[in-house]
Amino acid sequence: MATDPIHQFQISRIVPIEVGSLDVSFTNSSLFMVATVAAVTLFLVLATRGRGLVPTRLQSMAEISYEFVANMLRDAAGTEGMRFFPLVFSLFMFVLFANLFGMFPYFFTVMSHLIVTFALAMLVIGTVVIYGFMRHGLKFLGLFVPHGVPGYLIPLVTVIEIISFLSRPISLSIRLFANMLAGHITLKVFAGFVVSLSALGAVGIGGAILPLAMTIALTALEFLVAFLQAYVFAVLTCMYLNDAIHPGH
Amino acid sequence: MSTETHTETQVPAEHGGGGNFPPFDPTFYGSQLLWLAITFGALYYILSKVALPRLAGILEERRDRIASDLDEAERLKRETDQAIEDYETALADARAKAQKIAAETRDSLNADLADKRHAAEAALADKVAAAEQKIAGIRATAMGEIEGIARDAAAAIVEQVASAGADAGAVEKAVASAWAARRS
Repeated sequence: MATDPIHQFQISRIVPIEVGSLDVSFTNSSLFMVATVAAVTLFLVLATRGRGLVPTRLQSMAEISYEFVANMLRDAAGTEGMRFFPLVFSLFMFVLFANLFGMFPYFFTVMSHLIVTFALAMLVIGTVVIYGFMRHGLKFLGLFVPHGVPGYLIPLVTVIEIISFLSRPISLSIRLFANMLAGHITLKVFAGFVVSLSALGAVGIGGAILPLAMTIALTALEFLVAFLQAYVFAVLTCMYLNDAIHPGH
Repeated sequence: MSTETHTETQVPAEHGGGGNFPPFDPTFYGSQLLWLAITFGALYYILSKVALPRLAGILEERRDRIASDLDEAERLKRETDQAIEDYETALADARAKAQKIAAETRDSLNADLADKRHAAEAALADKVAAAEQKIAGIRATAMGEIEGIARDAAAAIVEQVASAGADAGAVEKAVASAWAARRS
Protein backbone atom coordinates (compact mmCIF):
# COMPACT_ATOMS: atom_id res chain seq x y z
CA MET A 1 0.00 0.00 0.00
CA ALA A 2 1.50 3.32 -1.05
CA THR A 3 0.34 5.28 2.00
CA ASP A 4 1.87 2.95 4.57
CA PRO A 5 4.61 5.13 6.12
CA ILE A 6 6.68 2.09 7.09
CA HIS A 7 6.68 0.53 3.66
CA GLN A 8 9.52 2.79 2.46
CA PHE A 9 11.90 1.08 4.87
CA GLN A 10 11.14 -2.37 3.54
CA ILE A 11 14.17 -4.20 2.21
CA SER A 12 13.62 -6.38 -0.83
CA ARG A 13 16.00 -8.77 -2.51
CA ILE A 14 17.19 -7.82 -5.95
CA VAL A 15 19.75 -10.57 -6.43
CA PRO A 16 19.26 -13.33 -3.86
CA ILE A 17 22.58 -14.64 -2.59
CA GLU A 18 23.02 -17.15 0.19
CA VAL A 19 26.30 -18.13 1.74
CA GLY A 20 25.68 -21.15 3.87
CA SER A 21 22.68 -20.28 5.99
CA LEU A 22 23.43 -16.57 5.81
CA ASP A 23 21.33 -14.38 3.54
CA VAL A 24 23.64 -11.85 1.91
CA SER A 25 21.38 -10.94 -0.99
CA PHE A 26 21.97 -7.85 -3.03
CA THR A 27 19.02 -5.77 -1.83
CA ASN A 28 17.65 -2.31 -2.51
CA SER A 29 19.68 -1.19 0.50
CA SER A 30 22.83 -2.59 -1.11
CA LEU A 31 21.88 -0.91 -4.35
CA PHE A 32 21.72 2.48 -2.69
CA MET A 33 24.97 1.90 -0.84
CA VAL A 34 26.60 1.20 -4.19
CA ALA A 35 24.87 4.24 -5.70
CA THR A 36 26.11 6.40 -2.83
CA VAL A 37 29.69 5.26 -3.29
CA ALA A 38 29.42 5.67 -7.05
CA ALA A 39 27.99 9.19 -6.68
CA VAL A 40 30.67 10.30 -4.20
CA THR A 41 33.43 8.83 -6.32
CA LEU A 42 32.05 10.27 -9.51
CA PHE A 43 31.62 13.68 -7.90
CA LEU A 44 35.14 13.83 -6.53
CA VAL A 45 36.85 12.30 -9.53
CA LEU A 46 35.00 14.40 -12.06
CA ALA A 47 35.46 17.53 -9.97
CA THR A 48 39.21 17.10 -9.71
CA ARG A 49 39.71 15.95 -13.28
CA GLY A 50 40.89 19.34 -14.49
CA ARG A 51 43.19 19.93 -11.49
CA GLY A 52 42.63 23.60 -12.19
CA LEU A 53 44.58 26.25 -10.40
CA VAL A 54 41.43 28.29 -10.82
CA PRO A 55 38.69 25.85 -9.85
CA THR A 56 35.56 25.16 -11.84
CA ARG A 57 32.24 25.19 -10.00
CA LEU A 58 32.33 21.44 -9.43
CA GLN A 59 35.95 21.49 -8.35
CA SER A 60 35.16 24.33 -6.00
CA MET A 61 32.46 22.22 -4.37
CA ALA A 62 34.85 19.33 -3.93
CA GLU A 63 37.47 21.68 -2.47
CA ILE A 64 34.93 23.19 -0.10
CA SER A 65 33.89 19.76 1.15
CA TYR A 66 37.55 18.83 1.59
CA GLU A 67 38.39 21.99 3.51
CA PHE A 68 35.18 21.74 5.52
CA VAL A 69 36.00 18.27 6.83
CA ALA A 70 39.71 19.05 7.16
CA ASN A 71 39.01 22.12 9.30
CA MET A 72 36.49 20.17 11.35
CA LEU A 73 39.04 17.47 12.09
CA ARG A 74 41.92 19.87 12.70
CA ASP A 75 39.86 21.97 15.10
CA ALA A 76 38.70 18.95 17.07
CA ALA A 77 41.76 16.70 17.05
CA GLY A 78 44.68 18.90 16.05
CA THR A 79 47.18 18.31 13.28
CA GLU A 80 47.85 14.77 14.50
CA GLY A 81 44.24 13.94 13.85
CA MET A 82 44.75 14.51 10.14
CA ARG A 83 45.90 10.89 9.79
CA PHE A 84 42.24 9.97 10.18
CA PHE A 85 41.15 12.42 7.53
CA PRO A 86 40.28 9.80 4.87
CA LEU A 87 38.12 7.97 7.41
CA VAL A 88 36.24 11.09 8.56
CA PHE A 89 35.86 12.37 5.03
CA SER A 90 34.57 9.01 3.79
CA LEU A 91 32.10 8.81 6.67
CA PHE A 92 30.86 12.35 6.09
CA MET A 93 30.45 11.92 2.35
CA PHE A 94 28.91 8.46 2.68
CA VAL A 95 26.32 9.55 5.22
CA LEU A 96 25.62 12.83 3.43
CA PHE A 97 25.11 11.26 0.00
CA ALA A 98 23.11 8.36 1.42
CA ASN A 99 20.82 10.82 3.22
CA LEU A 100 20.46 13.01 0.13
CA PHE A 101 19.64 9.96 -1.99
CA GLY A 102 16.94 9.16 0.55
CA MET A 103 15.28 12.47 -0.28
CA PHE A 104 14.33 11.26 -3.78
CA PRO A 105 10.84 9.76 -3.97
CA TYR A 106 10.89 5.93 -4.13
CA PHE A 107 14.55 5.89 -3.16
CA PHE A 108 15.72 3.88 -0.21
CA THR A 109 17.27 5.62 2.81
CA VAL A 110 20.25 3.54 3.82
CA MET A 111 20.71 5.33 7.14
CA SER A 112 17.16 4.56 8.26
CA HIS A 113 18.34 1.13 9.39
CA LEU A 114 19.90 0.96 12.81
CA ILE A 115 22.22 -1.86 11.87
CA VAL A 116 23.94 0.34 9.26
CA THR A 117 24.41 3.36 11.50
CA PHE A 118 25.46 1.11 14.38
CA ALA A 119 28.07 -0.56 12.17
CA LEU A 120 29.46 2.86 11.21
CA ALA A 121 29.46 3.96 14.87
CA MET A 122 31.28 0.77 15.87
CA LEU A 123 33.80 1.43 13.13
CA VAL A 124 34.50 4.84 14.70
CA ILE A 125 34.64 3.57 18.28
CA GLY A 126 36.69 0.56 17.20
CA THR A 127 39.19 2.89 15.53
CA VAL A 128 39.32 5.03 18.66
CA VAL A 129 39.91 2.08 20.98
CA ILE A 130 42.43 0.29 18.77
CA TYR A 131 44.41 3.40 17.92
CA GLY A 132 44.22 4.59 21.53
CA PHE A 133 45.76 1.39 22.87
CA MET A 134 48.29 1.17 20.04
CA ARG A 135 49.44 4.72 20.59
CA HIS A 136 49.29 5.06 24.37
CA GLY A 137 49.14 1.49 25.64
CA LEU A 138 47.51 1.25 29.02
CA LYS A 139 47.78 5.02 29.45
CA PHE A 140 44.80 5.19 27.14
CA LEU A 141 42.73 4.10 30.15
CA GLY A 142 43.60 7.50 31.64
CA LEU A 143 40.74 8.66 29.48
CA PHE A 144 38.44 7.42 32.22
CA VAL A 145 40.25 9.23 35.04
CA PRO A 146 40.03 12.96 34.49
CA HIS A 147 42.70 15.21 35.97
CA GLY A 148 41.97 17.48 38.89
CA VAL A 149 39.30 15.28 40.47
CA PRO A 150 39.56 14.81 44.27
CA GLY A 151 40.68 11.28 45.21
CA TYR A 152 37.47 10.18 46.85
CA LEU A 153 35.48 11.10 43.74
CA ILE A 154 37.67 9.14 41.31
CA PRO A 155 35.72 5.84 41.50
CA LEU A 156 32.43 7.60 40.90
CA VAL A 157 33.76 9.76 38.06
CA THR A 158 35.47 6.78 36.46
CA VAL A 159 32.25 4.81 36.45
CA ILE A 160 30.45 7.75 34.88
CA GLU A 161 33.20 8.13 32.28
CA ILE A 162 33.05 4.46 31.38
CA ILE A 163 29.28 4.55 31.01
CA SER A 164 29.53 7.66 28.87
CA PHE A 165 32.18 6.01 26.70
CA LEU A 166 30.13 2.87 26.26
CA SER A 167 27.03 4.85 25.37
CA ARG A 168 28.86 6.68 22.60
CA PRO A 169 28.34 4.12 19.81
CA ILE A 170 24.70 3.81 20.83
CA SER A 171 24.01 7.54 20.86
CA LEU A 172 26.02 8.05 17.70
CA SER A 173 24.11 5.39 15.76
CA ILE A 174 20.65 6.02 17.19
CA ARG A 175 20.85 9.76 16.60
CA LEU A 176 21.45 9.32 12.88
CA PHE A 177 19.07 6.38 12.48
CA ALA A 178 16.21 7.98 14.43
CA ASN A 179 16.51 11.29 12.64
CA MET A 180 16.32 9.71 9.22
CA LEU A 181 13.58 7.28 10.19
CA ALA A 182 11.37 9.82 11.96
CA GLY A 183 11.84 12.44 9.28
CA HIS A 184 10.85 10.10 6.50
CA ILE A 185 7.87 8.72 8.41
CA THR A 186 6.60 12.24 9.15
CA LEU A 187 7.05 13.23 5.55
CA LYS A 188 5.18 10.18 4.37
CA VAL A 189 2.35 10.66 6.87
CA PHE A 190 1.74 14.26 5.86
CA ALA A 191 1.99 13.42 2.18
CA GLY A 192 -0.51 10.60 2.85
CA PHE A 193 -2.93 13.14 4.34
CA VAL A 194 -2.81 15.11 1.11
CA VAL A 195 -3.79 12.04 -0.90
CA SER A 196 -6.52 10.81 1.42
CA LEU A 197 -8.04 14.27 2.01
CA SER A 198 -8.15 15.22 -1.65
CA ALA A 199 -10.06 12.00 -2.30
CA LEU A 200 -12.96 13.48 -0.31
CA GLY A 201 -14.01 16.02 -2.95
CA ALA A 202 -13.87 19.83 -3.01
CA VAL A 203 -13.76 20.34 0.79
CA GLY A 204 -11.12 17.71 1.08
CA ILE A 205 -8.96 19.36 -1.56
CA GLY A 206 -9.26 22.64 0.34
CA GLY A 207 -8.34 20.88 3.53
CA ALA A 208 -5.41 19.18 1.87
CA ILE A 209 -3.62 22.49 1.42
CA LEU A 210 -2.41 22.48 5.02
CA PRO A 211 -0.72 19.05 4.92
CA LEU A 212 0.66 19.94 1.49
CA ALA A 213 2.30 23.03 2.91
CA MET A 214 3.58 20.93 5.79
CA THR A 215 5.00 18.40 3.35
CA ILE A 216 6.84 21.10 1.45
CA ALA A 217 8.22 22.61 4.65
CA LEU A 218 9.20 19.17 5.95
CA THR A 219 10.97 18.39 2.70
CA ALA A 220 13.12 21.47 3.15
CA LEU A 221 13.70 20.52 6.77
CA GLU A 222 14.65 16.99 5.78
CA PHE A 223 17.28 18.29 3.38
CA LEU A 224 18.69 20.28 6.28
CA VAL A 225 18.54 17.23 8.55
CA ALA A 226 20.22 15.11 5.87
CA PHE A 227 23.20 17.46 5.89
CA LEU A 228 23.11 18.19 9.60
CA GLN A 229 23.15 14.55 10.66
CA ALA A 230 26.09 13.84 8.37
CA TYR A 231 27.84 16.84 9.90
CA VAL A 232 27.01 15.81 13.47
CA PHE A 233 28.21 12.28 12.80
CA ALA A 234 31.49 13.60 11.39
CA VAL A 235 32.01 16.13 14.21
CA LEU A 236 31.42 13.53 16.91
CA THR A 237 33.78 11.18 15.10
CA CYS A 238 36.41 13.91 15.20
CA MET A 239 35.87 14.46 18.92
CA TYR A 240 36.10 10.76 19.73
CA LEU A 241 39.25 10.47 17.63
CA ASN A 242 40.66 13.36 19.65
CA ASP A 243 40.24 11.18 22.74
CA ALA A 244 42.26 8.47 21.06
CA ILE A 245 45.06 10.91 20.25
CA HIS A 246 45.00 12.93 23.48
CA PRO A 247 43.48 10.68 26.15
CA GLY A 248 44.23 13.06 29.04
CA HIS A 249 41.39 15.52 29.57
CA MET B 1 5.29 -10.40 -2.14
CA SER B 2 2.15 -8.34 -2.59
CA THR B 3 0.17 -10.51 -0.21
CA GLU B 4 2.87 -10.00 2.36
CA THR B 5 2.63 -6.22 2.18
CA HIS B 6 -1.13 -6.38 2.32
CA THR B 7 -1.15 -8.32 5.52
CA GLU B 8 1.32 -5.84 6.96
CA THR B 9 -0.82 -2.84 6.21
CA GLN B 10 -3.82 -4.44 7.78
CA VAL B 11 -1.92 -5.15 10.95
CA PRO B 12 -1.58 -1.97 13.09
CA ALA B 13 1.89 -0.50 13.17
CA GLU B 14 2.32 -0.98 16.96
CA HIS B 15 2.01 -4.66 16.48
CA GLY B 16 4.83 -4.61 13.95
CA GLY B 17 7.21 -3.04 16.49
CA GLY B 18 8.96 -6.36 17.08
CA GLY B 19 9.20 -8.50 14.01
CA ASN B 20 7.67 -6.62 11.15
CA PHE B 21 9.17 -3.19 11.57
CA PRO B 22 11.78 -3.31 8.82
CA PRO B 23 14.62 -1.42 10.55
CA PHE B 24 14.53 -3.97 13.37
CA ASP B 25 14.02 -7.00 11.18
CA PRO B 26 17.16 -9.13 11.51
CA THR B 27 16.55 -11.00 8.25
CA PHE B 28 18.76 -8.64 6.30
CA TYR B 29 21.32 -7.75 8.97
CA GLY B 30 23.90 -10.01 7.38
CA SER B 31 23.29 -8.63 3.93
CA GLN B 32 23.36 -5.03 5.11
CA LEU B 33 26.56 -5.48 7.09
CA LEU B 34 28.30 -7.26 4.24
CA TRP B 35 27.31 -4.71 1.64
CA LEU B 36 28.09 -1.83 3.94
CA ALA B 37 31.54 -3.27 4.49
CA ILE B 38 32.06 -3.75 0.75
CA THR B 39 30.75 -0.33 -0.31
CA PHE B 40 32.24 1.68 2.53
CA GLY B 41 35.52 -0.16 2.17
CA ALA B 42 35.56 0.63 -1.54
CA LEU B 43 34.72 4.27 -0.85
CA TYR B 44 37.46 4.53 1.76
CA TYR B 45 39.95 2.93 -0.59
CA ILE B 46 39.05 5.14 -3.56
CA LEU B 47 39.02 8.32 -1.50
CA SER B 48 42.25 7.68 0.36
CA LYS B 49 44.12 6.45 -2.74
CA VAL B 50 42.77 8.66 -5.51
CA ALA B 51 40.39 11.46 -4.70
CA LEU B 52 41.85 12.92 -1.51
CA PRO B 53 45.52 12.93 -2.59
CA ARG B 54 44.41 14.61 -5.79
CA LEU B 55 42.39 17.24 -3.95
CA ALA B 56 45.19 17.76 -1.46
CA GLY B 57 47.61 18.15 -4.38
CA ILE B 58 45.42 20.77 -6.01
CA LEU B 59 45.06 22.74 -2.79
CA GLU B 60 48.76 22.41 -2.01
CA GLU B 61 49.72 23.56 -5.47
CA ARG B 62 47.44 26.57 -5.18
CA ARG B 63 48.85 27.44 -1.76
CA ASP B 64 52.42 27.18 -3.10
CA ARG B 65 51.55 29.21 -6.14
CA ILE B 66 49.96 31.96 -4.07
CA ALA B 67 52.89 31.95 -1.68
CA SER B 68 55.43 32.19 -4.50
CA ASP B 69 53.39 34.90 -6.20
CA LEU B 70 53.33 36.83 -2.96
CA ASP B 71 57.08 36.41 -2.61
CA GLU B 72 57.55 37.63 -6.17
CA ALA B 73 55.33 40.62 -5.48
CA GLU B 74 57.31 41.34 -2.32
CA ARG B 75 60.58 41.19 -4.27
CA LEU B 76 59.25 43.49 -6.98
CA LYS B 77 58.02 45.90 -4.33
CA ARG B 78 61.46 45.96 -2.74
CA GLU B 79 63.02 46.65 -6.14
CA THR B 80 60.57 49.45 -6.78
CA ASP B 81 61.31 50.96 -3.38
CA GLN B 82 65.02 50.77 -4.13
CA ALA B 83 64.55 52.44 -7.51
CA ILE B 84 62.46 55.18 -5.94
CA GLU B 85 65.12 55.73 -3.30
CA ASP B 86 67.86 55.91 -5.95
CA TYR B 87 65.84 58.35 -7.96
CA GLU B 88 65.19 60.51 -4.91
CA THR B 89 68.88 60.54 -4.05
CA ALA B 90 69.87 61.45 -7.62
CA LEU B 91 67.24 64.15 -7.68
CA ALA B 92 68.42 65.58 -4.37
CA ASP B 93 72.05 65.50 -5.57
CA ALA B 94 71.17 67.24 -8.81
CA ARG B 95 69.15 69.82 -6.97
CA ALA B 96 71.98 70.52 -4.54
CA LYS B 97 74.45 70.78 -7.41
CA ALA B 98 72.19 73.14 -9.32
CA GLN B 99 71.76 75.28 -6.25
CA LYS B 100 75.50 75.37 -5.72
CA ILE B 101 76.13 76.40 -9.32
CA ALA B 102 73.43 79.02 -9.12
CA ALA B 103 74.84 80.40 -5.89
CA GLU B 104 78.36 80.51 -7.30
CA THR B 105 77.19 82.25 -10.46
CA ARG B 106 75.14 84.68 -8.43
CA ASP B 107 78.08 85.46 -6.16
CA SER B 108 80.54 86.00 -9.00
CA LEU B 109 78.03 88.12 -10.88
CA ASN B 110 77.34 90.13 -7.76
CA ALA B 111 81.05 90.66 -7.15
CA ASP B 112 81.59 91.69 -10.76
CA LEU B 113 78.65 94.03 -10.63
CA ALA B 114 79.81 95.56 -7.37
CA ASP B 115 83.29 96.14 -8.81
CA LYS B 116 81.90 97.80 -11.90
CA ARG B 117 79.52 99.89 -9.87
CA HIS B 118 82.28 101.05 -7.58
CA ALA B 119 84.45 101.95 -10.53
CA ALA B 120 81.61 103.80 -12.22
CA GLU B 121 80.72 105.56 -8.98
CA ALA B 122 84.30 106.59 -8.45
CA ALA B 123 84.59 107.89 -11.99
CA LEU B 124 81.31 109.74 -11.64
CA ALA B 125 82.37 111.23 -8.32
CA ASP B 126 85.63 112.43 -9.91
CA LYS B 127 83.74 113.99 -12.77
CA VAL B 128 81.24 115.60 -10.43
CA ALA B 129 84.05 116.98 -8.28
CA ALA B 130 85.88 118.36 -11.35
CA ALA B 131 82.70 119.87 -12.70
CA GLU B 132 81.87 121.41 -9.33
CA GLN B 133 85.37 122.87 -9.14
CA LYS B 134 85.04 124.23 -12.63
CA ILE B 135 81.63 125.71 -11.84
CA ALA B 136 83.00 127.28 -8.69
CA GLY B 137 85.90 128.76 -10.69
CA ILE B 138 83.63 130.09 -13.39
CA ARG B 139 81.31 131.50 -10.76
CA ALA B 140 84.09 133.22 -8.90
CA THR B 141 85.42 134.74 -12.13
CA ALA B 142 81.95 135.77 -13.14
CA MET B 143 81.34 137.33 -9.75
CA GLY B 144 84.58 139.28 -9.98
CA GLU B 145 83.75 140.49 -13.44
CA ILE B 146 80.20 141.44 -12.45
CA GLU B 147 81.50 143.66 -9.69
CA GLY B 148 83.82 145.44 -12.15
CA ILE B 149 81.06 145.82 -14.72
CA ALA B 150 78.67 147.15 -12.13
CA ARG B 151 81.26 149.60 -10.91
CA ASP B 152 81.94 150.81 -14.42
CA ALA B 153 78.24 150.97 -15.20
CA ALA B 154 77.53 152.86 -12.03
CA ALA B 155 80.37 155.26 -12.73
CA ALA B 156 79.09 155.74 -16.26
CA ILE B 157 75.52 156.28 -15.01
CA VAL B 158 76.63 158.69 -12.35
CA GLU B 159 78.81 160.47 -14.92
CA GLN B 160 75.92 160.71 -17.30
CA VAL B 161 73.51 161.93 -14.62
CA ALA B 162 75.87 164.39 -12.98
CA SER B 163 77.80 165.18 -16.11
CA ALA B 164 80.60 165.76 -13.75
CA GLY B 165 83.23 163.28 -12.93
CA ALA B 166 82.00 161.12 -10.25
CA ASP B 167 83.94 160.60 -7.20
CA ALA B 168 85.35 157.22 -7.80
CA GLY B 169 85.51 156.51 -4.06
CA ALA B 170 81.86 157.34 -3.51
CA VAL B 171 80.74 155.23 -6.41
CA GLU B 172 82.72 152.34 -5.19
CA LYS B 173 81.22 152.75 -1.72
CA ALA B 174 77.69 152.93 -3.07
CA VAL B 175 78.11 149.93 -5.33
CA ALA B 176 79.60 147.94 -2.51
CA SER B 177 76.75 148.75 -0.18
CA ALA B 178 74.14 148.07 -2.87
CA TRP B 179 75.78 144.79 -3.62
CA ALA B 180 75.86 143.91 -0.02
CA ALA B 181 72.19 144.78 0.29
CA ARG B 182 71.32 142.61 -2.71
CA ARG B 183 73.37 139.84 -1.39
CA SER B 184 71.79 139.76 2.04
